[in-house]
Amino acid sequence: MQHRLEEIWMTISVGILVVFMIIIGYQTFALGMGPPSHSETIDPQKVEQIAPFDDPGVKEIAENEYEVVMILQSFGFNPSNIEVPVGAEVHFTMTSKDVTHGFQVPGTNINAMVMPGHIQKISHTFKEPGNYLVICNEYCGIGHQAMSTTITVK
Amino acid sequence: MEQSLRETIHENPKKILGVNSQDAKVSLSYLTVAFVSLLIGGILGLVQGLERAGLIQLPSWLNYYQVLTAHGLLLLVVFTATFSIGYLYANLSHALGGLLPKVRKLAWTGFVLMIIGVAMVVTMIVLNEASVLYTFYPPLAAHPIFYIGLVFVVLGIWACCFGVFINYRHWRKNHPGEVTPILAFFTMGVFVLWFFASLGVTIEVFTLIPWSMGLVETTNVMVARTLFWWFGHTLVNIWYLVAISAWYVFVPRIIGGRHFSDKLIRLVVILVVILNIPGGFHHQIIDPAISQSIKFLHVFMSLSIAVPSLMTAFAMFVVFERTGRRLGGKGLLGWLKKLPWGDVRFLAPMIAMISFIFGGAGGIVNTSNQLNQVIHNTMWVVGHFHITVGVSVVLTFFGICYWLIPHLSKRKLTPKMNKIGIIQTLIWTVGMIIMSGSMHIVGLLGDPRRTSDTTYGGHEAAASWVPFEMLFAVGATLLLIGVIIQVYAVFNMMFFAPKGNTEYPVAEPEDDETPTPMWTERWGLWIVLLLMVVAMAYVVPIVDMLLNAPPGSPPIRTW
Amino acid sequence: METTKTLKTEKPEKYDEKSLKGTIVSVGFVAAVIVVMWVAVFWIYMERV
Repeated sequence: MQHRLEEIWMTISVGILVVFMIIIGYQTFALGMGPPSHSETIDPQKVEQIAPFDDPGVKEIAENEYEVVMILQSFGFNPSNIEVPVGAEVHFTMTSKDVTHGFQVPGTNINAMVMPGHIQKISHTFKEPGNYLVICNEYCGIGHQAMSTTITVK
Repeated sequence: MEQSLRETIHENPKKILGVNSQDAKVSLSYLTVAFVSLLIGGILGLVQGLERAGLIQLPSWLNYYQVLTAHGLLLLVVFTATFSIGYLYANLSHALGGLLPKVRKLAWTGFVLMIIGVAMVVTMIVLNEASVLYTFYPPLAAHPIFYIGLVFVVLGIWACCFGVFINYRHWRKNHPGEVTPILAFFTMGVFVLWFFASLGVTIEVFTLIPWSMGLVETTNVMVARTLFWWFGHTLVNIWYLVAISAWYVFVPRIIGGRHFSDKLIRLVVILVVILNIPGGFHHQIIDPAISQSIKFLHVFMSLSIAVPSLMTAFAMFVVFERTGRRLGGKGLLGWLKKLPWGDVRFLAPMIAMISFIFGGAGGIVNTSNQLNQVIHNTMWVVGHFHITVGVSVVLTFFGICYWLIPHLSKRKLTPKMNKIGIIQTLIWTVGMIIMSGSMHIVGLLGDPRRTSDTTYGGHEAAASWVPFEMLFAVGATLLLIGVIIQVYAVFNMMFFAPKGNTEYPVAEPEDDETPTPMWTERWGLWIVLLLMVVAMAYVVPIVDMLLNAPPGSPPIRTW
Repeated sequence: METTKTLKTEKPEKYDEKSLKGTIVSVGFVAAVIVVMWVAVFWIYMERV
């Protein structure tokens, strides 16, 4: 009876985990909702000389769609204090000039590691207006707690 | 001498006189270092909690990041390793009838190597030459002595690994066809996993030493990070394996019951050993340069590690219910009341087990691919690991102290010390619930970890985090009180408790237990499977990172 | 007759002793915690998408 019960328990609990995997797997591979995993690389010591990072900033690429080319460094973001209209779909293209940083906008799913030598991308549609805090969430030095900026969605 | 010991082992294995005094000295030395580290690490933890709550401001010569680096290393590396070695070597000595002299020598060698290593590492941290945190991600570059110190610590652990392998091999040669005593089986599992896990970080550290010295210009940042997490992830399951050895083998005895199916316990150990290393990428789910497919493979491997834990949950409840009912418990949950809640040797590991329900559930969330974006590098993660290592593992360790230390010191656990243990356990539990609970919630609101201050110039999002951060300080204060009581208890039991004999509470099997099959002993096979699974999970991404590597990063110091 | 009586009084006690109902409830609780925590964070994730 104990063996039977254990078999039932393992089947149910593993079944729950399988259901989780199916949900996140479907979202990732069929709906493109997987975590930021960009694979392009760049020379970390020549970031500002190589496109697109030779011209960081906010660029409109389509109707209410923007690309933000951003360089992260200890302890700031370039560009900073970004402004976009409400409903804007924003694609962040980022790299680091020095150490590993994190790019997080609390209250959203924007959370990506930005590592020197690597270009990372993440996208988000800002449906709600407001002033969003942008922070580095990976320790990057003595001024890490000051590394922040804002995104204002009007 | 050896002959009569062998006879004793064959005829009356349960009545072995526990750990002999030479072996006991080894364990007590490791345990002493463990609790000194806990005290210092604990004080640093409160300091952090107070600064995070904005109640104090650390001076520039001992900044938050130095404190954080030390807190992490002292607790996650030094305390856990030295406690585990002290405990496991005692288990090995008890189970195999004493350590071989050369194995004891290895344990002492390991001890010295680790002390030297820790001294080097801590000195660099205090001098602000290594404010790189426990993960020391390059291109953050510490002083070379920091990395060399880490090498010494790893070599110390390896000395202990080889000691276990040598003693085990010797036992197997002298006991052909016999099933390994369960405590020795667990010990083998831990040290096998420890050895293979530490290969990753050792390779990483060896590449960082010349880089930090300026002999090599650049380093591959992604490969370094990946090699770290090969180790860092597995380490937590090493602790888990140590903790469950107590849950499976000692707790049933302490409650007056029998242990769960021996075969199934060994299966759990084997699964934990084989399946573990390939989960490393759940710490790197939002990294660039790793494909979605490989990440998902690691998600799958990480979820598979839940399987032995789910088995363990079932096994423990069965043992508790069976024992409780035999003691007269009636109805659906009457068996719970029959368990010895007033015995700290049960209360502490029991709370540890209950906490793992929440810790493990949190872990399943963390590894769920894109769900990781909700919590990565937020205080949720800090709450998670304080519940898992801080309660499930550490409270088990604390509970073990109350019989292991009297046993090793040839003293007794007095009712007064038991009461102190109960109070300590309750303070610890309340402290952790407050601190870890608030950390989980505020993490969901986006409050980041590993940072000295989160006011961000008064931004409204950051303002919503402040009340929770006050709770960090409340919890941390309770926890330091708990640490102090525990350290007091440990050294009291070591040196001042009344003399006497404390038994090693090894549980007996059920009367109708079927004999354990010998296939569980095939360590060679488990190691091969371990390596195959590691290769499956790591070869492709690491080769990819090497072949498609960007120009590397030079050493950078931002503190 | 007597044997039936003894059996009747013996059976419920032995059954109680061997019952695993408490285990069923307990692992059910474990599953519930796992599901609730996961669904909660999944819900937060979907809200923020």
